[in-house]
Amino acid sequence: MKITFDWLKDHLSVSAKEEKLLEKLTDIGLEVESVENLSEGLDLFKVAKILKTEKHPNADRLKICDVDVGEKEIKKVVCGAPNAREGLITVYAPPGAVIPKNKTKLVIAKIRDVTSYGMLCSESELNLSEESDGITELSSSKYNKSIGKCFFTQSSSNLIDLSITPNRPDCLGVRGIARDLAASGFGKLKQTKEQKIKSKKSQTLKVKITNEKNQGCFSFGSCLVTNVKNTESPKWLKDKLISIGQKPISAIVDITNYVMIDINRPLHAYDADKIEKGIIVRNSKSGEEFTALDNKTYKLEDDMCVITDNKGVLGLGGIIGGTRSGTELDTQNVLIESAYFDPRSIRRTAKRLNIDTDAKFRFERGIDQLSIEEGLNKAAFLIKEICGGEISKIDIQKISTFKNQIIKFDPNSFEKVTGFKILTKDMLKILDNLGFTCKKDKKVFKLTIPSWRPDITQEIDVVEELVRIVGYDKIRIEEPIKERKKSTLTQTQKLFHFLQRSVASKGYLEAITWSFTDAKYNDHFKGQNDELKIVNPISSELGVLRNSIFSNLIMYMSKNIDRGIKDLSIFEIGPTFFGKLPGEQNIVVCGLAAGKKSRLSWLEKERNVDVFDIKKDVVQTLVEAGYDTEKFFIDDETPDYYHPGKSGRLFLNRGKESVAAYFGEIHPNIIKQIDMKTESLVGFEIFLDNLKLPKKSLKDQKTKYSVSDYQKSERDFAFIVDKKIKVQDLVNVISNVDKNLISNIKVFDVYEGDNIPENQKSIAISVTIQSQDKTLKDADLDQITKLIIETVENKIGAKIRS
Amino acid sequence: MSDIKNIRDQFVSKLKNELSLDDINSIKTELFGKNGQISSLFKTVGTIPESDRKTFAADLNKIKIELQSLISGKIKEIETNEINQKLEKEKVDITLPGRPFVRGKIHPVSQTIDEISSIFSEIGFSVEEGPDVENEYNNFTALNTPDNHPARDMHDTFYLDENKEVLLRTHTSPVQIRTMLKDKPPFKIIAPGRTYRSDSDQTHAPMFHQVEGLHIDKDINMGHLKGCLNYFIKEFFEVKKIKMRFRPSHFPFTEPSAEVDIGYEIKDGKIVIGEGDQWLEILGCGMVHPNVLKNVKVDPGKYQGYAFGIGIDRLAMLKYGINDLRAFFDCDYRWLNHFGFDPLDVPTNYRGLSR
Repeated sequence: MKITFDWLKDHLSVSAKEEKLLEKLTDIGLEVESVENLSEGLDLFKVAKILKTEKHPNADRLKICDVDVGEKEIKKVVCGAPNAREGLITVYAPPGAVIPKNKTKLVIAKIRDVTSYGMLCSESELNLSEESDGITELSSSKYNKSIGKCFFTQSSSNLIDLSITPNRPDCLGVRGIARDLAASGFGKLKQTKEQKIKSKKSQTLKVKITNEKNQGCFSFGSCLVTNVKNTESPKWLKDKLISIGQKPISAIVDITNYVMIDINRPLHAYDADKIEKGIIVRNSKSGEEFTALDNKTYKLEDDMCVITDNKGVLGLGGIIGGTRSGTELDTQNVLIESAYFDPRSIRRTAKRLNIDTDAKFRFERGIDQLSIEEGLNKAAFLIKEICGGEISKIDIQKISTFKNQIIKFDPNSFEKVTGFKILTKDMLKILDNLGFTCKKDKKVFKLTIPSWRPDITQEIDVVEELVRIVGYDKIRIEEPIKERKKSTLTQTQKLFHFLQRSVASKGYLEAITWSFTDAKYNDHFKGQNDELKIVNPISSELGVLRNSIFSNLIMYMSKNIDRGIKDLSIFEIGPTFFGKLPGEQNIVVCGLAAGKKSRLSWLEKERNVDVFDIKKDVVQTLVEAGYDTEKFFIDDETPDYYHPGKSGRLFLNRGKESVAAYFGEIHPNIIKQIDMKTESLVGFEIFLDNLKLPKKSLKDQKTKYSVSDYQKSERDFAFIVDKKIKVQDLVNVISNVDKNLISNIKVFDVYEGDNIPENQKSIAISVTIQSQDKTLKDADLDQITKLIIETVENKIGAKIRS
Repeated sequence: MSDIKNIRDQFVSKLKNELSLDDINSIKTELFGKNGQISSLFKTVGTIPESDRKTFAADLNKIKIELQSLISGKIKEIETNEINQKLEKEKVDITLPGRPFVRGKIHPVSQTIDEISSIFSEIGFSVEEGPDVENEYNNFTALNTPDNHPARDMHDTFYLDENKEVLLRTHTSPVQIRTMLKDKPPFKIIAPGRTYRSDSDQTHAPMFHQVEGLHIDKDINMGHLKGCLNYFIKEFFEVKKIKMRFRPSHFPFTEPSAEVDIGYEIKDGKIVIGEGDQWLEILGCGMVHPNVLKNVKVDPGKYQGYAFGIGIDRLAMLKYGINDLRAFFDCDYRWLNHFGFDPLDVPTNYRGLSR
């Protein structure tokens, strides 16, 4: 909502400075978005008189004018306007002036070898009208004595742009803002005397509101002004509209705009002669069409509120008028419409047709239902004053009658909500100033809500009004109490934070990427999931919810590699989606590592990062988070975006309840398809929701401390096994031979090739044997060694290598 | 006696020479071997007349100890020399680089969330979460923003179905609804998380982060709201004093509603929070609307309280001098390295939020 202090003063007696006004507006909840000086530089534009014109020597259409700008020196100005003539009084802009229309700054310029000092301006260039066919012609009787004076009335008032919250339609009118200011003690609201139409002439165009279901128009007021001469608006009206950044069009249009801005009463003016036999306000039928004032043709659906005549749709009520019945400069008879449209109906229609207009904006927030007559009175008298003509009686059709809402208000509720007290007397004064009528009813008040405040429906709204006007700065600060009754984080949340920092501590940079992604990338990683399309994505590259974090991470990894970094680890912890319903999402820790280890190292041979690097990161992270590596079970069934031979699936225990993590090389085809330039790319996913939370807290998890000080012995074995045998199984078999005596098992070599039969491999293992309660004798050790060999040979089909 | 002394003098002087380990070993044999000179003398002790025997034995013992210690000293000296020579050969250029390490980093948004949680933890808030995909009811209707309410236009919503029933939450406020439906009052929670609006330019990203706050109890009023936020802002920016302004505003789910500005100034191109006469809007808040309480079956006659919503990314930008919101989600390793935090820098109450 754009206003000026000057316009406010039409409604407010106040002597304070603008600075104070800006503060006050913000304090009462009418936030000042910006303040702009529109008239800056306009003082340069002068009333000037052409003393003499002569033909430009090098151009047929140009003239060189001697212009009197009220200074001693006569200015030479080159001008192309056909109406530039001796004796014409017009508007002169000197070099340095900025033309309002196109914001260009004038300089002294040579036009076809003749120097021109400034410019004579058309109305269009000055944003006064659309007239661009020649320079401005000022009446000599009025301006003869003003040569050299500023053309624009100097306005000290800046353009103030307010951000009006959707609950305050009343403040979409200057008067509403003035009322709020007055209630808060900033000036006094002027009582305007409303001039009422006392015509004997009846409104001859018949208006009817059909009483049907979903009728969006509750009442329709109208007034006919006949025999008018539509013209350009007088200067005061033009100035007013220009002062808030609007462009004057014609008197009738300007008047409706003025009334709308002044008291938030939207009006519509019809050329009455273009209406066929009266107006019917009804619901539209699917397929009806009309061309609106924005020059677009709209196809209507069922149940939109339309203003129609015998020939069809004239306009969408409260949203936009049609071209067929619009007023023009030759309009002779004007029908002014002042109606009330249901906000819900307005909003529904505007949304379906995707139209946004000033009227729609106001009606959908709620217009004062009692302002119909005031709007007609104001507009009709202004039209008569400016365009002449005769005013008819006001005609009002309605299908329902408005009644002011009455609510109960307990003054104690104020302190209960705000924490501080004000006197009941002061409350009543504020409410009175805001337009409420208060009646005492025992201990509470019965408040009649002003018709312009549809937002106030219950007691809390009244408290809000009061504390807003009294000032939020009066609210005391209650220091918070430092007391914790419940733990801040749940176990899952603690695990989230732990995993996040655990992964980062392994050299991964944490990234946060969008929850949506490019379907192209997502395709590689969606596995069995459905594609989850966003209906209205910001761009096709962000068109689907991510099924996996890899899609985004791999794209950004690729970008980083293009930036010239070769070895990089990144990760993200966040949601992935497997359905479109709330809750169909998992928290995943997803990491990627690219490039080499020990690149260009003087110490070690460089090598690609590989699946066992990423396995280490996953296992270590899970162990740090409190899971027992002894219980882990790993197999090689992984989604198809992993390298089928170099990836694994990890369960927290052999029960294979749910997958704790995947890890492995990313499938080479994907790397190729996204054209990523790296020697190696490995990744992992840890599924937070699948990690069983420890039942005990850390303090109870520690078991009794017991260690053995008896001699430990190590025995090495080399088994030849089938190539398909997994080391995990071999180790498992050995550890089960004697859980009390076997304290550690290490795989120190895996070998295939010479001396080993085809399809077999040799696995070398070191087993640590230690008793908890005695020193083992050679015989004991021999026995367990023998047992290990026998068991492995029996269960795995292995052969001890001799 | 003179025999003993002679042996001593002879060997003491011998041991003063430069000797190898072998030399010393042969000296050792010469003296203490089976037929060594000292060993032999010990054998003669029985033959010494009784009157002299005691002195002789004592003297012999003394010499034995002296020579033994001289010998072991000499051995130690040689060994030390040998080790030193070996170590000298092993010397490396210690300025050569060590094995490389890579430093992981925590994203500034994650760090900020931890800081926020740490502050609110101190005054009794616990952390709640909700899904990113929400239904229309939780995101709007339950929050007193029915369909056809113009306030819905303030949220450019991403929808997941044509009927506009499922959407990406536009704020963290639906967590209020979920929390209150799930439990019984009192409620004292914060809910940090991802939020989404179909808005994208220099200062808007289609995804951003908010933290919701909710405190409902029997007598929680606007003074508590002010106190809570005043405390939070002071702690978060780690300043002693804060300039804070509550401005009336409107949100459908709170009444009365406020926007909160903090005072700042620009000093040497950097923003200084808590001083100066410029105002910066950092959050929206208010008293939870009775309609919202009714929607979640909490009796507004018995319970009341406040809610607030803060933009986390914005806070991180202000605190850590980050200019561009979009960079948060661009994943440029240089940016992540520059603005990221060491994983060991866990914000805590006793160590302080930041180093």
